[in-house]
Amino acid sequence: MTEGSDVLATLTDPLAYAFFQKGLLVATNSGALLGLIGVYVVLRGMSYLGHGLSHSIFGGFAASQLFAAQFYVVGAGLWGIVSALAITQVAKRSRLGADAAIGVISTASFALGVALFAKFGTSGPSFDNALFGSILGISTGQIVAILAVSVLCVAFIVLAYRPLLFSTFDPDVAQVSGIRVVWVEAGLMVVLSLAILATLTVIGVTLVAAMLVIPAVIARMLTDAFGRMLVLSTIIGAVCGLVGMYLSYFAGVPSGTMIVLVGAALFVIVLAITRGRGLRRSAGLDAHVEEFTPAATA
Amino acid sequence: MTGTGVGPELIRLDGVDAGYGRNVVLHHVHFHVHEDQFTGIVGPSGAGKTTLLRLLLTTLKPMSGTVHRRPGLRIAYVPQLETVNWNFPVTVEECVLMSRTGRRLPWAATSEKAEAAAVLERLGIGDLAHRHIRELSGGQQQRMFLARALIRRPQLMLMDEPTSGIDVSTRHDVLHLLADLHEDGVAIVLTTHDLNGMAAHLPHLVCVNHGVIASGSPAEVITPDVLEKTFGARMEVLEHLGMRVVVDEAPSHDGRI
Repeated sequence: MTEGSDVLATLTDPLAYAFFQKGLLVATNSGALLGLIGVYVVLRGMSYLGHGLSHSIFGGFAASQLFAAQFYVVGAGLWGIVSALAITQVAKRSRLGADAAIGVISTASFALGVALFAKFGTSGPSFDNALFGSILGISTGQIVAILAVSVLCVAFIVLAYRPLLFSTFDPDVAQVSGIRVVWVEAGLMVVLSLAILATLTVIGVTLVAAMLVIPAVIARMLTDAFGRMLVLSTIIGAVCGLVGMYLSYFAGVPSGTMIVLVGAALFVIVLAITRGRGLRRSAGLDAHVEEFTPAATA
Repeated sequence: MTGTGVGPELIRLDGVDAGYGRNVVLHHVHFHVHEDQFTGIVGPSGAGKTTLLRLLLTTLKPMSGTVHRRPGLRIAYVPQLETVNWNFPVTVEECVLMSRTGRRLPWAATSEKAEAAAVLERLGIGDLAHRHIRELSGGQQQRMFLARALIRRPQLMLMDEPTSGIDVSTRHDVLHLLADLHEDGVAIVLTTHDLNGMAAHLPHLVCVNHGVIASGSPAEVITPDVLEKTFGARMEVLEHLGMRVVVDEAPSHDGRI
């Protein structure tokens, strides 16, 4: 046997297992999906929101299992959407900043989830699997769910491409130009919640936020054009999911950890290649000027 | 065109009070914008210039009084350069086309690209379409935002401090550009704190300090009395090459007037 065929066999052997096939499909799709949505998360300075939302959804996950076990995915999804909208509204309407609103709502929700898990256990994924992701036990239903969410997210981003771009770059001028910024933001919150929910089982609660951020930051280091950043971030996310899933299989560690570590390694490689240019591009990535002069000053 | 506003009316503010929370910034404002208008709103910081702009944009509702806007009026807004995240990953062409929100596909149609190229060419930055926005100079950035506004084919363009943060020669270029756009039939209302460099060159001025203090041509408005009411400080006004030049009466320590 040649060296090449050894490598090929190493890569194809795990594919003999149905659980790995499903895991690979879901991980690659999850990486791509989070990479795509992550561009908006990073450019809007919402990285912390992604982190908070995944923790919120964990609470909904635990509570829904308790009260309606067969519909726990729907329950957790609704919980996530309501949390996202609540965070956005609390941050806008009160003197609390978004970070404070996220800190209160998401950590309370996460604490509730931990308490419910500890008290009543779970009929779904184990506590560790929910936190760090697992390739085991991925059902056909989950595959269908993640494919459906991916189609929905892509459709939303394609159909609302310019309103999304305009309201991300310059929300106040977008508003003046006839874009219903509130609706665009609400739509983004919904698809973000659904994306986190759909990818939670394979990436894990604690690691989803990283996959929302890392591919987008790497993509930003490689390009100055928005359209190219979207495509690159999606591809980088998919590569992280694919490679991370293989490494997870061989190393025997949770899938989410390996996917994130592959992302981190890619970040270091791109940083080394692009040097200062990449850093300059990604510096102040979310430097949003909150005050639209007309709104904030006299 | 005189630029002082004698054509058909686009927006009318009647007896408007406006502000934020309980803080009333503008009192009893009457202000009209006409099709042929080219107006500068001048006043000190915190006087209500931007609040007036927000009323015209209808992003701020009046506390009392009425705002009438011609149905279907196409307005474009050009923000201050200082309020923009210049590190955002977007090229000049992407920035210009983002205001064309009617299209339901991410990629630009050939006709849209041609239109964007024509607008950029007209503004003298046709060769910069594929550059990142951070690579532009202040004047080029201002032109890019003008292009983004113009591609909406506005009837009225509102601008917040268009010459803030750009050098003197670029300021002249921007002024000439705005005059050309006005000649082409776009009504323009802008805010400025720059009396000599900007306001004195405009055909019509409105002085604001928590209300409209005076309005008219620079010759009518740039007077020591009006300026004192507007800025709360005595200023001397000189005549130079047929234009009004404002001089601070109290000389500064470095010897400048």
